[in-house]
Amino acid sequence: MQFWIIQGLNSLSLGGLLFLLSSGFSLIFGLMRLANLTHGAFFMLGTYFAATAMRAHDGLNIWVAAVGAGIAVAVIGGLFERLVLTRLKANPLGQVLVTLGMSFIISDACLMFWGGDSIPVPTPQNLQSPTRVLGFVFPTYRLVLVGCAIATAILLYFLIERTRLGAMIRAGVDDRQMARAVGIPVSNLFTLVFCLGAGIAGAGGVLGGPILSAYPGLDADMLPLALIVVILGGIGSLLGAFVGSFIVGIIYTFGTALFPELAYIILFLPMIFVIAFRPQGLFGRVGA
Amino acid sequence: MIVSTSGYALEVVNLKKAFGGLAVTQNVSLSIRPGERRLIIGPNGAGKTTLFNQISGDLRPNSGAIRLFGSDITHLPPYKRAHFGLSRTYQIITLFAGDTLEHNVTLGLLGLRPARWQMWRPLSFYGNMVAEAHRTLDAVGLLPLATHPISDIAYGERRRVELAMALAQRPRVLLLDEPLAGLSNTERSTVKSLIASIPRETTIIMIEHDMDTALDLAETVTLLNYGRVIVDGERDAVIADERTREVYLGT
Amino acid sequence: MKWIGIALLAGSLLVPPLFAGDFYVNLASQILIAAIFALSLNLLVGFGGMTSLGHASYLGVAAYICALLTSRYGFGHGTAALLSIAGTTAMAAFFGLIALRASGLGFLMITLALSQVLWGLAYRMSNVTNGDNGIAGLTRPAPFGISLDSPISFYWFALIVATFAFVMMTIFVSSAFGSSMKGVRDQPRRMAALGFNPWLIRWITFVYAGFWGGVSGLLYVYYHKYIHPTSLSTTSSAEALLGVIAGGSGTLGGPAVGAALVLLLKNYVSAYLERWNMLLGLVFLFIVLVMPTGIVPGVSSLTARLRGGSR
Repeated sequence: MQFWIIQGLNSLSLGGLLFLLSSGFSLIFGLMRLANLTHGAFFMLGTYFAATAMRAHDGLNIWVAAVGAGIAVAVIGGLFERLVLTRLKANPLGQVLVTLGMSFIISDACLMFWGGDSIPVPTPQNLQSPTRVLGFVFPTYRLVLVGCAIATAILLYFLIERTRLGAMIRAGVDDRQMARAVGIPVSNLFTLVFCLGAGIAGAGGVLGGPILSAYPGLDADMLPLALIVVILGGIGSLLGAFVGSFIVGIIYTFGTALFPELAYIILFLPMIFVIAFRPQGLFGRVGA
Repeated sequence: MIVSTSGYALEVVNLKKAFGGLAVTQNVSLSIRPGERRLIIGPNGAGKTTLFNQISGDLRPNSGAIRLFGSDITHLPPYKRAHFGLSRTYQIITLFAGDTLEHNVTLGLLGLRPARWQMWRPLSFYGNMVAEAHRTLDAVGLLPLATHPISDIAYGERRRVELAMALAQRPRVLLLDEPLAGLSNTERSTVKSLIASIPRETTIIMIEHDMDTALDLAETVTLLNYGRVIVDGERDAVIADERTREVYLGT
Repeated sequence: MKWIGIALLAGSLLVPPLFAGDFYVNLASQILIAAIFALSLNLLVGFGGMTSLGHASYLGVAAYICALLTSRYGFGHGTAALLSIAGTTAMAAFFGLIALRASGLGFLMITLALSQVLWGLAYRMSNVTNGDNGIAGLTRPAPFGISLDSPISFYWFALIVATFAFVMMTIFVSSAFGSSMKGVRDQPRRMAALGFNPWLIRWITFVYAGFWGGVSGLLYVYYHKYIHPTSLSTTSSAEALLGVIAGGSGTLGGPAVGAALVLLLKNYVSAYLERWNMLLGLVFLFIVLVMPTGIVPGVSSLTARLRGGSR
């Protein structure tokens, strides 16, 4: 019983992390029609940042680190978008290729800067003592992670559905040319959304640090998970990213725990199932 | 499969299509006899091209049926409908711009032949097909340009190539989606006489905005508005009908 | 002009075994292998209009199947080769069913996800694949009793296979089916209206590309006598894609040239720098931003202009 509870919570915290990773990816894809293959690297940058910042200064608050990394990665993302991606408006394939190239550059830079060993990220002091709920003992940090994901989901929901900015984003997603025609500054919006997506990934990387540790190849481990979440949940759908993240979190956690060698195949199967019967994903729109 | 004994070339039966809350095709029914020249008219947004897209299979209707010479084609993918003798042209010309006229029309011929699965012989091997492509280009007056790439020729000539491609397959039913759009006066009369010379073995259904030219070609007319059939019948009767005036002049 | 080009090519292919030392002969063999791999990818990218980031799956799976059958299960090389190719082609058929539910970016993402899953499996299923250690101590086949262990004999073998592959792929692309394939790439709706079955045409192309990817995988494992999960990685797929794009995806030979350049660059760089991935990334950015149609089209338009100017 304990096993199921623990793995259940691990699933939820992984799901929460995946949401922080893939919400940005889904936003970027939905608005800019860009499969941002740099996204795993953005996440990893956050984790490495946390690894350094939280070990160097004793007790650099994880929240500060998350915001700091979020902003830093957002800036990097913004520069990349403005300097490189905007030059490739007519070449969607080229855009994907440069995001791939950028992911190689970032991951090698991390390897150069931080070396090849895995660097653990300390769990924040005040969240180290376990929480008691209904007679069960839970690692507090994992509960907090789930909370962060939910908070982010709520914030993003309000941003997209209830603000003017969100309305502009939604208009851009539905019909880019029309949005431009009514005066919505679409290219600025693109930069903003790219920064937002990258920033959330960076912050997510920090928050994921205590669980994942920073290591070379973290980006290559995370990106396919983000892809599977978005394929499952549907492109451009925040709800899809949310539900998809937790489904993948559950499948991956229980899969790895029960059948460690086959965890990837177990992830693979629902993805095939969804693609075969509902290619637009669980919540995606046809033709998205 | 319900086989109609009524002998219609194309039947559209209670076709309905809606995008979300917007109904674009509302209970449309058409019966077109073999060899007929039917013109479909209506203001912008009346649902004419949407109707064509459902007949050609590019769009799935929500309900209703489409029958080609009695065979139910409602659920067939577009490529299968071509094998039943359906052919169409598009409002926006969709030719293979980098290829020659000859290649374009030959591709048009290849679509219905087993040779399309041939994985080692090139197209040039099929002398008969290439000769037939030349004949088709000749019929539309473009044989001298056969080896030129599409990108070299004028818009009006491209329209003729498109028509050639659609006719090369000797279709039983031909859908023409605004064949005269964007043409100069001379080009218009060339294309018009081309359409007029299509043999009766091919039933023609045409969407056109250029009333003057199109009405000359039409025998029967269907007026659509807001996705519904308003008037349907012999050309002169439809033109004289009060409802036609209402739709175009507004009341 | 064309004949001069062909003569030059034939000449340059004969130079390594006749005049060069072992190091260069081996490099030339690697180039041939990379060329077949890139040409097979270009069937998808350039001629089929389907950009895949998971092509390394076919190279890697064929290599692993061959490695396992020969080293662990005692199969002879002939049978192992047949089974590897058959298995890889079957996998391509299956993957094609999945990936072709989407097109464009969706297709790209699915091929990437599928190949990453295979890569992860290669690492995780260590009692089968030996995980991060890879499978070593493999042997090369000896067709008709001729040993391929020397660099020169392997080079001739690779050259024969590469020439055969190039000829077969050229025939395929120039055939009536090839014309259908290119038509579906350019105007899928129009092709469907003309009676062509776009899905089936794409799927057949996908399977054929996977087949040749598998062939390159066999050559790869014969050459290295070793296989490691990195051969299945996105980097491996990306290198091939870079070769295709740098060389020019619209031409038959371009990808081979591009693959050669990428390999030479990689070899040169690894002698001086450790950061191949970073350089790969920078080259990607450079090519896409500066030379999107690739090197071979650039050169041929240049020579066309020169010829036109001298008339």
